[in-house]
Amino acid sequence: MPRATPDIPNASMADIAFLLLTFFLVTTTVANDKGLTLLLPPPPEALPPDLDVKIQERNLFKIQINSFDAMLVEGDPYTGNMRELSDQIKAFVLNNGLDPESSDSPDKAIVSFKTDRGTSHKKFVEVLDAAQRAYYEIYADKIGVTVDKWRDIASDPEQKELYNKSREGVPMAISIAEPTKVGG
Amino acid sequence: MSKFKKKANVKQEIPTSSMPDVVFMLLFFFMVTTQMRDSSIMVKQKMPQATQLRKLMRKSLVTYLYIGEPSKTDQYGKEPKIQVNDVFIEPKDIIQWVNVEKAKLNEFERDQITISLKVDSDAKRGIISDVETELRRANARIISYSSVNKKEI
Repeated sequence: MPRATPDIPNASMADIAFLLLTFFLVTTTVANDKGLTLLLPPPPEALPPDLDVKIQERNLFKIQINSFDAMLVEGDPYTGNMRELSDQIKAFVLNNGLDPESSDSPDKAIVSFKTDRGTSHKKFVEVLDAAQRAYYEIYADKIGVTVDKWRDIASDPEQKELYNKSREGVPMAISIAEPTKVGG
Repeated sequence: MSKFKKKANVKQEIPTSSMPDVVFMLLFFFMVTTQMRDSSIMVKQKMPQATQLRKLMRKSLVTYLYIGEPSKTDQYGKEPKIQVNDVFIEPKDIIQWVNVEKAKLNEFERDQITISLKVDSDAKRGIISDVETELRRANARIISYSSVNKKEI
């Protein structure tokens, strides 16, 4: 006598799979964690109290933003776009003493960036982006790659050598000062 | 005319027997890639736009800190707040929080901890700079301002 074969009904399997699929589709979050990376300076307590660095006026590229998100670049009101600002910073860093009003050499050049406590984060990121773009373009040009490629190299620990080579002699000196409290 | 009268004798059914396999494959893909968020975000999060974005490579070293206007404004007010894990904290608590997060990492990579600051576009610099000062004190100096990609003009 033939034994009754136990059959599991599998017609609904697709439905169950679909249900699970929909659940994971909805809950999944694609990792899109990208941002502007930055290395903060050491804590204020770690600096010697009598530290007084003298920086020549010509080696400073000053960007100031007030609480209404209005900008001053090198003391003058600035309304241009961020692309032009990047080009200005690039010209300033790579001046090499040519223009007596601009920087001595790339390793002495400092981009000083001061905001107010009321400045919006949106504006801050915009300007930081412009400043970083200026430096990244300099680095990318040095090793002859595009900026996008350079950023990949910078994030990859295995290409540290190439990264260091591109940065040689041009430290990324973006100084973000303590915000003012003028407010408004 | 006869040319047009001819009816195609081809079956027009799509075989569905392999559908469960396809669905299962998709299912496994999403099961593997999915990541449950361990905390719900209680602040407004509209990321600013930027062009020079860099990926955060070592996920295990990244810790998140959220700043923005609370979503429940009637309960917490309109001032931007700092959220870590599941709670709102004050700037003075940041050092302690960083130390707890650092303790979760291996000893040799503790100084490489990366803080991803997820700050709302409308938050003000004041509160962010308070956070930065505390992070400097806590010796967690590698930070990333989370932003979304903007097409270059």
